[in-house]
Amino acid sequence: MTGDPPLSARLSDVFWRHPRLLLAVLLAPPLLWLGVIYVGSLLALLVQSFFSIDEFSGLINYELTLKTYAELLRPANFDIILRTTLMAACVTIAAAIIAFPIAYYAARYARGRMKAFFYLGVMLPLWSSYLVKVYAWKLILAKEGILSWAVDGVGASPLLIAILALPVVGGSSLSVSYIGTFLVFLYVWLPFMILPMQASLERVPQNLIEASHDLGGRPGQTLRYVILPLALPGIIAGSIFTFSLTLGDYIIPQIIGSSRLFIGQAVFAHQGTAGNIPLAAAFAVVPIVIMGLYLWAAKRKGAFDAL
Amino acid sequence: MHSDTAPWGLKLAALAGLAFLHLPILLIFVYAFTTEDRTYQWPPPGLTLDWFAVTWNRPDVWQAMGLSLRVAAVSTLLALLLGTLCASAVSRAGFFGREALSLLVILPIALPGIITGIALRSAFNLGDISFSTITIVMGHATFCIVVVYNNVVARFRRLSGSMLEASADLGATGFQTLRHIVLPNIATALLAGGMLAFALSFDEVIVTTFTAGQQQTLPIWMLEELVRPRQRPVTNVVAMVVVIVTFLPILAAYYLTRGGAETAGGAK
Repeated sequence: MTGDPPLSARLSDVFWRHPRLLLAVLLAPPLLWLGVIYVGSLLALLVQSFFSIDEFSGLINYELTLKTYAELLRPANFDIILRTTLMAACVTIAAAIIAFPIAYYAARYARGRMKAFFYLGVMLPLWSSYLVKVYAWKLILAKEGILSWAVDGVGASPLLIAILALPVVGGSSLSVSYIGTFLVFLYVWLPFMILPMQASLERVPQNLIEASHDLGGRPGQTLRYVILPLALPGIIAGSIFTFSLTLGDYIIPQIIGSSRLFIGQAVFAHQGTAGNIPLAAAFAVVPIVIMGLYLWAAKRKGAFDAL
Repeated sequence: MHSDTAPWGLKLAALAGLAFLHLPILLIFVYAFTTEDRTYQWPPPGLTLDWFAVTWNRPDVWQAMGLSLRVAAVSTLLALLLGTLCASAVSRAGFFGREALSLLVILPIALPGIITGIALRSAFNLGDISFSTITIVMGHATFCIVVVYNNVVARFRRLSGSMLEASADLGATGFQTLRHIVLPNIATALLAGGMLAFALSFDEVIVTTFTAGQQQTLPIWMLEELVRPRQRPVTNVVAMVVVIVTFLPILAAYYLTRGGAETAGGAK
């Protein structure tokens, strides 16, 4: 070969001699994208939450103030925050209870084909369309739907009527009650709890469980004192998903539930028809702060090793 | 290995949990054939195939489907490029801010979608950018990067450094190593990540409601129908088609990454 080596070879040599340069070339596009578009947008949101809206003209007042955050503490708005956080907590606890047997069986007993069956059995609902899942529950919970039909079939209608007559959580039908909202949240986010839980249960050493049995621990004691503490990071990791996703969702309570607002709906309503972008931004900061505290607590428990 | 069998109570609870996850989706398949077109009556008074023909002749469904496919295709390509670059940077030697970078990639799906949505919207407003297909793609690509990143990073972890060194020792340039060693090794991870990104984008609704303006993707079309039902039978059919369309890439991604330590889509 005569003359200079081709450009690609020379370029490759430069990168070989200067690995930092290659790193910079690799990093620049994703950093620019995430840094400018995503972080830039988040900052824009944060800044807007410190603006306020003029009560008379309805125009945004571009002076930095905490007035909008004070607005959040008004009873009507604070109720929204409490309601959403409470719902997120209920959904998370229920999801942990239902997810545990699935995750435990899949991690400890399922082998070969059964393992694949369980894996896909969780993965397919996780990835199937969010809206289709919500729609399915609209069909199930409707007055003329399959749930009322089944309850009627086993002669439990009086029980359903009694449940719907409960104050606060009841309503004229399941699809306009908090119970309905809760069921749909639970259904849609359940796979997010199962997967990290299963991952952490897989890592519980078998010999510790056997040691517990050998020392005379009953199955319940083994579960309580050996398995649960070791699986806790996975449970917390799963709860991060269910908690965060419930906090920020605005579509499920809009379609299935009473007309009382959740944080997501408040954000959507204020930025849309009301045009109160600062209040919407301040509402959006609430889940960030709650999740920040939650993540901080979770990190101290070592939950991130299980993600 | 242990040979003990599960207590029947545990097995029952696990199978009941799986049934809870699947029965609602199966219900969609039955409703697509019902003759009832005004209520959600169960059991269906009769079964028919008519609604498939009706749906087939609906231009708005086709338009929404077309936009969704276009957005998903472009977002997937962008996510593949950015996610792979990011993964190859992170799997190299440690550098300042490496942890922060992996956090930054995960953030768009770790934070509730509504925050990404309203953040993008307020930025578009401040920057006077009007809503278009491009603004939808910008949102989608942002949260699709992470699924590609996760798959490729896991694969890089398995790809041993000695292979790259051997390639260099034998006189290959960096580009030849990329072409003949790296790409063949990460190909299936890219394919799996790409399919998951496609499925994620195809289905996304929360961020899209903030960045779409007047345009309708298929999920936005469905949301309209959910809030104000007009054409229940058509919605039933579309819902069934969407389930099938999203199941296929997930199954494919599962078979592509099977056997590895990585779990495709484990962190949606």
